[in-house]
Amino acid sequence: MGAVWGLALATFAAAAVEVVEALTVVLAMGVTRSWRSALLGSATALLALAAFTAAAGYALATWLPRSALQLGVGTLLLIFGLQWLRKAILRSAGRRPMRDEEAAYRRQTEAARAAGGAPHLGLDWFSFVVSLKAVFLEGVEIVFIVITFGLNAGDVPVAAGAALAAVVVVAGAGALVRGPLTRVPENTLKYGVGLMLASFGTFWAVEGLGTVRPGGQSLAWPGGDAAVLALLAGWFLFSRAIVARYRAVSR
Amino acid sequence: MRFVRAFLRFWYDFVIGDDWKIAAAVVTVLLVGAVALLAGAGAVLPPLLALGLGAAFTVAVLVDTRSTPR
Repeated sequence: MGAVWGLALATFAAAAVEVVEALTVVLAMGVTRSWRSALLGSATALLALAAFTAAAGYALATWLPRSALQLGVGTLLLIFGLQWLRKAILRSAGRRPMRDEEAAYRRQTEAARAAGGAPHLGLDWFSFVVSLKAVFLEGVEIVFIVITFGLNAGDVPVAAGAALAAVVVVAGAGALVRGPLTRVPENTLKYGVGLMLASFGTFWAVEGLGTVRPGGQSLAWPGGDAAVLALLAGWFLFSRAIVARYRAVSR
Repeated sequence: MRFVRAFLRFWYDFVIGDDWKIAAAVVTVLLVGAVALLAGAGAVLPPLLALGLGAAFTVAVLVDTRSTPR
């Protein structure tokens, strides 16, 4: 039962961070240009996302052996996770400003006002395309998170439900507040989620390397699934060591 | 042509992100791991690769130590 809650909470937090970022863009487009086009762009992205997930899921499950799937998804997840971790490290070391949804919202609204362009076929194409791109991009990341966390815990429905809950909660909060969600502790969440993505990504990518050997069976980690905890501790220590190095160089 | 370029740009931004060195570090270590596996490396390989990934990530991030403004 604890594992189910752990899976649900981890997926919820990871998905919520992505949804907050997409929400900021859609809000900025809706407020400054056209709600209809921004919402239509978001809906189109959700449809495209559903089609992408169904097609990719079918292709991966049908044609790829398990180890190749682990290698592909694990590698992508590892790269995403390390990108997040890098940003978190630079923020912790004072080398990059903290993510500020209010500032991001301001930048988006200024860009939207400056973009110009007359409506065509009843749509404001700038807000349509920008909203579509933001929702699709963040959505694909959520799909990868759900696949990895869900398959790793052997419970994809719980992971998918938690991600869906994050979408509903964040979108609902955005509708209530009618502005960007500045109080979400995004930087801390991103650090934690980056560590989780990097750990699960490492676990899966390395297991999946077994696909290159005859027979193609996955590699086994010493300690089995518990190795993820060791990887989590390892990535945390590496990240803190890099922060310390950056601070030492800054002095 | 514009659509193809935008499509490729989207996937580049999505997969590689704003620091190509991270993706390069990950792919390099995994390639080394694949070669080691084919050469007969055994049970010790996963922890070694994890350490390799940590080291490669550290180098990829610290390369910017001098160039990133405070």
